[in-house]
Amino acid sequence: MISLPPLAYADLQPLLPELFLLAMAGIILLLDTALSPANRYVSYLLTLATLAGCTWLTLPHLGAAPATALYGMFIEDPLAAVSKLVLYIAVAATLTYARDYLKERNLYRGEFFVLALFALLGMMVMISAYHFLMLYLGLELMSLSLYALVALQRDSAAASEAAMKYFVLGAIASGMLLYGMSMIYGVTGTLYLGQMRSVLQMGAFPSLPLVFGLVFLVAGMAFKLGVVPFHMWVPDVYEGAPTAVTLFLGSAPKLAALVFVLRVLVWGLEPLFIDWQQMLIVLAILSMAIGNITAIAQTNLKRMLAYSTIAHMGFMLLGVLAADRVGYGAALFYAIAYLIMSLAAFGMILLLSRAGFESDRLEDFKGLNARSPWLAFLMLLTMFSMAGIPPTVGFYAKLAVLEAVVNQGYVWIAVAAVMFSLIGAFYYLRVVKLMYFDAPEQSSEISAGADVRLVLSVNGLALLLLGILPAPLMNLCLYALKASL
Amino acid sequence: MPITYLIVPFAPLIGALATGLFGWAMGRRLSHWVATGSVAVSLVASWLVFQDVLAGHTYNANLYTWMHVGGVEFAVGFLIDPLSALMMLVVSFVSLMVHIYTIGYMADDAGYKRFFSYISLFTFSMLMLVMSNNFLQLFFGWEAVGLLSYLLIGFWYTRPTAIYANLKAFLVNRVGDFGFILGIAMVLAYFGSLDYATVFQRAPMYTQVTVSLFPGHPWSLLTVVCLLLFVGAMGKSAQMPLHVWLPDSMEGPTPISALIHAATMVTAGIFMVARMSPLFELSDTALAAVMAVGGLTALLMGLLGIVQNDIKRVVAYSTLSQLGYMTAALGASAYSVAIFHLMTHAFFKALLFLAAGSVIIALHHEQDIRKMGGLYKYMPITWITFLIGSLALIGTPFFSGFYSKDSILEAVHASNLGVAQWVYPMLEAGVFVTAFYSFRLYFLVFHGRERFHDLLHGQMPQESPWVVTIPLLALAAPSLAIGYMTIGPLLYGSYFGNSIYVADTHPALADMAQHFQGAVAMALHAPVTPVFWLAAAGVALAWWLYLVRTDLPEKISRRLSWLYAVLVAKYGFDEFNDWFFARGARLLAGGLWRRGDVTVIDNWLVNGAARAVGAASRLLRHFQTGYIYHYALAMLVGAFALVTLFTRLAG
Repeated sequence: MISLPPLAYADLQPLLPELFLLAMAGIILLLDTALSPANRYVSYLLTLATLAGCTWLTLPHLGAAPATALYGMFIEDPLAAVSKLVLYIAVAATLTYARDYLKERNLYRGEFFVLALFALLGMMVMISAYHFLMLYLGLELMSLSLYALVALQRDSAAASEAAMKYFVLGAIASGMLLYGMSMIYGVTGTLYLGQMRSVLQMGAFPSLPLVFGLVFLVAGMAFKLGVVPFHMWVPDVYEGAPTAVTLFLGSAPKLAALVFVLRVLVWGLEPLFIDWQQMLIVLAILSMAIGNITAIAQTNLKRMLAYSTIAHMGFMLLGVLAADRVGYGAALFYAIAYLIMSLAAFGMILLLSRAGFESDRLEDFKGLNARSPWLAFLMLLTMFSMAGIPPTVGFYAKLAVLEAVVNQGYVWIAVAAVMFSLIGAFYYLRVVKLMYFDAPEQSSEISAGADVRLVLSVNGLALLLLGILPAPLMNLCLYALKASL
Repeated sequence: MPITYLIVPFAPLIGALATGLFGWAMGRRLSHWVATGSVAVSLVASWLVFQDVLAGHTYNANLYTWMHVGGVEFAVGFLIDPLSALMMLVVSFVSLMVHIYTIGYMADDAGYKRFFSYISLFTFSMLMLVMSNNFLQLFFGWEAVGLLSYLLIGFWYTRPTAIYANLKAFLVNRVGDFGFILGIAMVLAYFGSLDYATVFQRAPMYTQVTVSLFPGHPWSLLTVVCLLLFVGAMGKSAQMPLHVWLPDSMEGPTPISALIHAATMVTAGIFMVARMSPLFELSDTALAAVMAVGGLTALLMGLLGIVQNDIKRVVAYSTLSQLGYMTAALGASAYSVAIFHLMTHAFFKALLFLAAGSVIIALHHEQDIRKMGGLYKYMPITWITFLIGSLALIGTPFFSGFYSKDSILEAVHASNLGVAQWVYPMLEAGVFVTAFYSFRLYFLVFHGRERFHDLLHGQMPQESPWVVTIPLLALAAPSLAIGYMTIGPLLYGSYFGNSIYVADTHPALADMAQHFQGAVAMALHAPVTPVFWLAAAGVALAWWLYLVRTDLPEKISRRLSWLYAVLVAKYGFDEFNDWFFARGARLLAGGLWRRGDVTVIDNWLVNGAARAVGAASRLLRHFQTGYIYHYALAMLVGAFALVTLFTRLAG
């Protein structure tokens, strides 16, 4: 038993956002039991206030030097700060979009807020972990909250089935991840990422156990990202879960998973990049191919977006496999851009749905332009951005990633990526065609609050604005990596 | 100061966005106040910048980096020097006059707010073009003004002629822009930068570099670059043979004919060549080509003005001819003279267009000069200002056009390029032609028998409202005096400083400076030059033919019917283009479409690929069975395959 020095307050300083979030989640949990359904907005506002408080606590770390806590198991650096700030905004937007949807389905309960906050806490720990066990802890905290969120609609068979699948497959993936971690630990003798990196840099290790462990690690992370061949859960869970949960599931955790991948592969195992680069190439190409091609046959928009996620995650991995800071920065930019796009897309589905009507089939978007030109335009921007058409941010994100790959000499990968994007453009543009050129089947009023419309408008226009002026965000991403690595 | 720089282009942009996006909520009055006000702000800011530049402050910096690609920086930046400051002032002033005039001219139009949004957006684009410090932003502004020109020519989009004209303008400009972007691409490829200062600094190192566009024919790189860039200028500034779109552009409303197709956009090519003077100075071949094109355009397009009967088309051909003069001055390395004429021309040509528009309003949108005559009695302000514009155009001593046009003639005369000895007589003849068509127009419209009574059903024409006459008066003042006031500093002083570069091997302007003894002496010296008498003869002939012996023009045209036919057919450019390019392209495209597109591409490649992807999609869909043990199996098989693959690779 090693005796550790007692924890000082200064040692907890970098943990403040997490501690605050934990405390607030507990308070909301307790408070909500005393609230009548009519007063549920108190929980909602408190949750938003929590996110604002976290933002306030995280902002100082944006410009500060990396600081560790908990005996070096936890790190707060600019990369963590940038990612967390984006997550706060994403979760706030998610809650706003989800509100009406949940109310109409009798799901507007305290559990939703508490589970969302615990999932966020898990993501924050994933992002800031500097130790294998910490990484795992964060991942499980997030995953368990997400399983419960998917099952939130207890009387829905589809949701229960989705949650069950997600849980069982997630357990298998966690097993693989732990197995990989134990192999790496066995070779390097440490669980600290920083030490692991320096140990690996120093000496020659037997490559077989390392590669063996690495494959399992990558497989476990691939499951969280949802890349082929560990993607099977994605369409079923996306479709089965209530759309508000799908929105949550499809946005923030993707960014957290990317940072998780960066922490493991770059902060910990960068000396092995030759090996993991090859693995990521296989996963990325397969994801882009299968994701884009299978999406074409879908008639359900949530399912289509699930396959689109698979393709996007494959594209994002291209930036990681470039294995240099520009590439990591491009991948981070891509993840943030994707986050904004997926929020806009699912937010639109939520806005158009109402009691007893999910608005998640492609037909439901027919003639949207006739019903609401502004919403159709926002959806057009979202689809253009997902397809990577300039001047939206999706184009610039793809360009940055491709540039990073080409700079590493992998021109063929870039060519393949562009080909698959081209195939992918078909199903995005089909949505545009349905909105603008087909006659509407729905004629009902679109009932949505002014705040939801406003947030969605800002969200959609951000895709355009960041596409025209991408430099500030790109510089922020590059800065985050340069200042953290 | 950068804040002021930003206000200059962005005030009109805000005006354009406000009227364009929120015009439905703003109403007509508020819309025109917002748009006009934004351009007025821009004019004031331009004036401040101009004063600042006069005080010796120049500026060249990037404001925003759009992206880095392959080591090349794509930036948005401003280059504020005497050349751009002058252009900013001219553009915002003429634009403001046109905005005010539009309130009157378009008063009854259904697209009132759309029109204001377009012209404000045009002003923004033109200002971005002239303020640019790099080729990319120049190209952005270049294309944006082209787009706005297209939209405005086709403003009345229900008229087939307007749609034909704007399509034609767009297509012809594509030809020019094709050369232009090739030129920019060569600049980027060889000089490795899009920044003006960097490119100009590197250019002298490339004088010996050659490129072989065709094997075995090495050409000087700089000549090729300059000629390609000049092709762009030919499109935008309507030089032969890419001039065909400008006369047809008169289908657009008159305010835009004044703003875009006389004063600003069509001079973008002239401005661009002047801006590129450090490149053009390095290639005598390119300069000679520029001068030849300019001389031909100046004379031949002027001749066409004689046979036109549409009031706006006469002025349009006059614009073509004057652009030819400017181009010829560029060829003579007299860039400052070209810019000087650009400025004076912007004022008096905008004046002529707006005055013509005033006549058109008074005659209920009749444009045929054979149905006018004697209007001076009814429209005194329009009459006087039109006369001032015409006198400036033909180069009457002391008027602004006199100083700029005479300087062009002198510069070409003094040029040491071989082609100048051919171009100079053409320009001299052009002076006579200019005087003749200008006063033919003037006499037919304002004097002689009143032929408009059928049009107005017995009513008398009215002078236009103040929103129309104020811009006329405001433009008449500089048409009179700006040349006299500015020739000293602009041409022979140090105004342009380093913004225009003239090599020592092209001493035309330096020679002229030695003979220049002030603006008054230059005007008093005019009657002993042949140019003055040529202009006088043109006026006299117009007076004799169209006021005294009004039967003669008919007889002459019948006697010289072949010449008349050539001129009416505009030398057959349109027919040739229709026959060769349009029909040829259609035939070629038809063949390619049937054989290539329908059979090979559509059937095999496109539909084939789509069929294959669709089949693959349906196939892959079946893997998604919904059974959890299938999914788990897929994960395990995937992990197993990766382990096998990579342990093999590692081992």
